[in-house]
Amino acid sequence: MSDQHGTGSTGAPHRTAEGGRVDRTRTLTFEFGGETLTGHPGDTLASALLAAGRHHVASSIKLGRPRGIAAAWAEDHGGLVQVEQPFPEPMLLAATIELADGLVAHGLPGQGRLAPIPDTSRYDSSHLHVDVLVVGAGPAGLQAARVAARSGARVALVDDQSEAGGALLGSTDLVDGAPALQWVAEVTAELAAATEVTHLQRTTAFGSYDDGLVLAVERRTDHLGAQAPVEQARQRVWRIRARHVVVATGAHERPVVFSDNDRPGTMLAHAARTYLHRYGVLVGSRAVVFTTNDSAYAVAADLAAAGVEVTAVVDARPRAPQGWVDRLSDLGVEVRTGQVVVGTRATPDGDRVTHALVGPADGAPATEPEALACEALLLSGGWNPAVHLYSQSRGRLAYRDDLGAFVPAEELAGMTVVGSAGGVLDLAGCLEAGAAGAARALDRVGLATPAVAVPAAPADPADADGEAPVVLWSVPSPADPDGEVAFVDLQRDATVRDIARAVGAGMTNLEHIKRYTTIGTAHDQGKTSGIIASGIVAGMRGVPVAQSGTTTFRPPYTPVGFATLAGRDRGQLYDPVRTTATHAWHVEQGAVFEDVGQWKRARHYPQPGEDMEAAVLRECAAVRRGVGILDGSTLGKIDVQGPDAGELMDRVYTNLMSSLKPGRVRYGVMCGDDGMVLDDGTVMRLAEDRFLVMTTTGGAAHVLDWMEEWLQTEWTDLAVSLTSVTEQWATFPVVGPRSRDVVAALFPDVDVSAEGFGFMTWQDATLGGVPVRLARISFSGELAFEVSVSSWYAQPVWDQIVAAGHPHGLTPYGTETMHVLRAEKGYPIIGQDTDGTITPQDLGMDWVVSKKKTHFVGKRSFTRADTARADRKHLVGLLPTDRETVLPEGSQIIDFREDGVLPPPPVAMRGHVTSSYRSAELGRPFALALLESGRDRVGQTVHVPVGDTLVAVEVSSPVLVDPEGARRDG
Amino acid sequence: MQLIDCPWCGPREETEFCYGGQAHVAYPADPAALTDTEWGHYVFFRDNVRGEWAERWRHSTGCRRWFNAVRDTLTHEFKAVYRLDDERPVLR
Repeated sequence: MSDQHGTGSTGAPHRTAEGGRVDRTRTLTFEFGGETLTGHPGDTLASALLAAGRHHVASSIKLGRPRGIAAAWAEDHGGLVQVEQPFPEPMLLAATIELADGLVAHGLPGQGRLAPIPDTSRYDSSHLHVDVLVVGAGPAGLQAARVAARSGARVALVDDQSEAGGALLGSTDLVDGAPALQWVAEVTAELAAATEVTHLQRTTAFGSYDDGLVLAVERRTDHLGAQAPVEQARQRVWRIRARHVVVATGAHERPVVFSDNDRPGTMLAHAARTYLHRYGVLVGSRAVVFTTNDSAYAVAADLAAAGVEVTAVVDARPRAPQGWVDRLSDLGVEVRTGQVVVGTRATPDGDRVTHALVGPADGAPATEPEALACEALLLSGGWNPAVHLYSQSRGRLAYRDDLGAFVPAEELAGMTVVGSAGGVLDLAGCLEAGAAGAARALDRVGLATPAVAVPAAPADPADADGEAPVVLWSVPSPADPDGEVAFVDLQRDATVRDIARAVGAGMTNLEHIKRYTTIGTAHDQGKTSGIIASGIVAGMRGVPVAQSGTTTFRPPYTPVGFATLAGRDRGQLYDPVRTTATHAWHVEQGAVFEDVGQWKRARHYPQPGEDMEAAVLRECAAVRRGVGILDGSTLGKIDVQGPDAGELMDRVYTNLMSSLKPGRVRYGVMCGDDGMVLDDGTVMRLAEDRFLVMTTTGGAAHVLDWMEEWLQTEWTDLAVSLTSVTEQWATFPVVGPRSRDVVAALFPDVDVSAEGFGFMTWQDATLGGVPVRLARISFSGELAFEVSVSSWYAQPVWDQIVAAGHPHGLTPYGTETMHVLRAEKGYPIIGQDTDGTITPQDLGMDWVVSKKKTHFVGKRSFTRADTARADRKHLVGLLPTDRETVLPEGSQIIDFREDGVLPPPPVAMRGHVTSSYRSAELGRPFALALLESGRDRVGQTVHVPVGDTLVAVEVSSPVLVDPEGARRDG
Repeated sequence: MQLIDCPWCGPREETEFCYGGQAHVAYPADPAALTDTEWGHYVFFRDNVRGEWAERWRHSTGCRRWFNAVRDTLTHEFKAVYRLDDERPVLR
């Protein structure tokens, strides 16, 4: 990893001579904003840009102010970029993009652009079940994972960076007397060798849900750029179900707000340290460090040691830690106590900070602030524990005054928060906390904790005389008293003044202030700004920060692409497609299909030059005058067996089914408890103890569940079993006046006469040695025979029927024709002509409701006052008097208007059109409708608004073709 | 996503289940004997409890069996699952 050549790269003047985790033996070329630059494997886009001296990468969304890289990972609120190559992706942080050869990107003005081309990358998902999930591979997480792994538990460790180590990657810490990364390597090697451990880097746990479910996204190939293997999933969503979760997600440093705090070159202090130690990059040649706590002193010392001219450490506290003051004094760095940064100056184009303006911390700057020259202004306002996953799991937070931060206030049943995420900010404490967290997790899952030594990590000697931090949210500036350019949320260009306005408008709840100011609603979801906003609000309202609180943390922790979440569930795999056994034949015939639930059904079979209307008129005429065939295999079929099968049928159907003889078929309607029609269909009695229930295509699953519910929860005494046989049977209605000729030709042994094969009866037969079931059922009013056969033999049986029908002009017809034919006969489709508020009586089907049965589901509701009303909506037919208009389904029906003009609203709506078609048989369009007191209005004219005109329609009986039923026997 | 402990199959993800409303609402022995109001209450009215309440579930994409559960409506936590023919358990 160390540099073999010992010189900074060309075009990367801020790369150190040596050190860091980048591979200096290899050079990567990339393009940013039209400029060709170089970096090394191990760089992020941000580190490579900083190495080239580029801080200014973006501009702000509302004000267009220059913005720069402000952090070294996901908490950055400045370095927002768009990637163009290898694939366009908007709204990414330069600090989290691993550099790849050929990367092309540019900065964004707050908003990006989605790819105009389809994403051909693969995404997938995987389930993982573990005893202990550790989130975060910093010191606490690694120690926790090691202890958990040694117990024999099944463990997962996920971490969002390219390599394990967390904060250790950007520090000079020692563990057990050696560089900390040696310890990291030792632990990761041990985890890699453990068989029950899954260790995933580049994997962000972005959401924590109920019962130990954590979702994480693994970036598998992004770091490979254009070299990513196409066959490998680019990103993977891990659905990790853990018996116990150890959250070791660390803490985010937070800035202090002051005027012009958004100048490029202004960044979090420890980000600068990370860029130095991890990436070998100096963020500037001259720096000012502004701090409220001891942690930033190590930053100043490391930068000074690396050759950066640290102009001053500006400490808001009255006293600085003496050990660090001495250390910095040796390095020639001045420490100013009791001072704060109140503003900045920048280059004329705003490209880079040039000065930090410093004044006294006592809040009464009497004199002109002093200007300290710098190229980098490094801020440390304290640390915010990354409590996102804990808070998403509804863990309560408590404000700790000493830290100026919200920390977990309770131990959740399935989650333990350790290390910096729990408010422990020293290395030794984090290692200790990791071990203790693992012990707690193992105890919760019932495993013994093995004895594992906690490695030694003594504090820096300079920390010996530590000073307590102060909490400082924002600093007033004499030049900007309202805080107009004191940015709280840089991504939203939201300022201290915006908060003052919200509070001034009377808002006290942080959720309201968030929405009013938009603070915390941008890409970073307030990782750095949320708690500062809470602190500023508390100050303005004069209440404790604890009372101001936080807004709710919600997943995802960092943005996740929709394509990633969709995974493989797209295109053909989005939803199952169900096809009938003869689907290929319909495709060959050029059928147009429609989706009915998950089923593909042939809607019509257009011949050359035909549109749907022409095809359907032709198919309808063929069925009414000759013979047609339909693939009706999608109808739901439920095999009902058992000694009490007849009793069950009587209880769920409104009519008497138990009196049905084997060999016969009966139409029935099912209602809910409320008396409203649930489903309808025919019932065949196959034997004394066996029925075959036919349901609507869409109602099949629900009817099975419905009957099952009654059997399991109420009628446990009934001995009946139910089995879906929808897919086992193919059903082909052969329909029309000439259907008898076709069936007679196919089944010479069957007496197909009206007397020999009565309406609503069924018989067994064979066709070419294949057993089939024939039934005289009609959904069109025409003579019809239904041929049912095992789906295995569906195609040959279909082929034989088609061949036998050829001399008779047998015409295949689709669902649209089926709909027209049934509507002409006034047969409702449950769910189209009904909507859950319609009784059998509303449909004009009193005849299907048994008067004899003492009980069936829904019976009691028929005598409820509302159900018995005379002015309920009835199913009727509608005939447009112009004989031309096909009423749009869903059209409203209003009373007849003499003037033919739609009155101003409100207009009383009397009902609506439920089905509407052009009828070949009637030679005109017609419709079915639900109309108030409809049966009493037959013969009257009402109006249907269609567009800007009122269409006059005559109300009729719903049965418009063959009302006498003369055709059913041929 | 919660885990629901099916009494027959064990813990499974909640997407495998369908909700069935309030438990222990017996179908009236003689609906015809009820007034419209009484019948209307059976058909349309259910309790709306804050805290522990007994409800029905069905393991719809698993064993397809119905069962009862006591759940805390504040926290969604399942306190107990039990078979339909069991009494509602008394919780501490």
